[in-house]
Amino acid sequence: MHFARVIGTVVCTEKVPAWKGQRLLLVQPSDSSGTPTAARPLVALDSVSAAPGQLVFYVRGREASTILSNPDNPADAAIVGLVDQVREASGATR
Amino acid sequence: MLLAQVLGTVVSTRKDAGLSGLKLMLAREVDGQFKPAGNFVVAVDAVGAGSGEIVLIAAGSSARLTETTKDRPVDHVICGIVDAVEVDGKDVYLKSLGVKG
Amino acid sequence: MFIARVVGEVVATVKHPHLAAQKLLLVQAEPTPGRPQSPPVIAVDSVQAGIGDRVLVADEGNSAAQVLRKPRGPVRTVIVGVVDQAGPDERS
Repeated sequence: MHFARVIGTVVCTEKVPAWKGQRLLLVQPSDSSGTPTAARPLVALDSVSAAPGQLVFYVRGREASTILSNPDNPADAAIVGLVDQVREASGATR
Repeated sequence: MLLAQVLGTVVSTRKDAGLSGLKLMLAREVDGQFKPAGNFVVAVDAVGAGSGEIVLIAAGSSARLTETTKDRPVDHVICGIVDAVEVDGKDVYLKSLGVKG
Repeated sequence: MFIARVVGEVVATVKHPHLAAQKLLLVQAEPTPGRPQSPPVIAVDSVQAGIGDRVLVADEGNSAAQVLRKPRGPVRTVIVGVVDQAGPDERS
């Protein structure tokens, strides 16, 4: 899983039927402190009711499609958790 | 899923039989201003997308998990047409208006 | 699989049910000479690893399901072993 910051929402009327009613969020990949990396923002499905501004982690690849009850859907990124805290080896906590 | 702009269609007569009947689109990843700036990609259309539209493209084996692309030799699929993108409560993209400031 | 160092721990109360009660560790892949350092990623721990450990990480959904003894879900990165030693053979 990878860290990202939720930066917005994406609205699609026309989409594959398996995504009907699903929230699509725009996320900016980041490091563990939420600082953006060089990667472009991407669009992810949401399984944890994430809100803009939150630091989250997401899964990439086919596994993302398994967050829906019908896994036959083309998701390749899905938010699977909200980050409360990261304790790093240096002893720093955030 | 990545955000991309559809640039046009790709026509191929001689191709793998698994691709027959699929609509192939040429698209390019967009930057934060929704301008085409990144990689070019050929994706199968599963939602009826057209030139100029901003779309969602799923990549990898996920691309085969639509009704259109099931069991086909496909690694990118257009799975949504973007109507709007909202950041900080403001629409930073509206399909009806193009890109807002 | 790749070899990585456990550099941290991630606390997340709200997470997908598939991840419930799983320990999440931050792992940093060992650098490849001449390549830029990749950022740390979050892996599910299946071997009681701890911060500072050198570990073996699998990044594929089916492997993750096997190791976690669960049906396939939204997890692909799992720590599958603690490395005792890795490197060129002494003889070679």
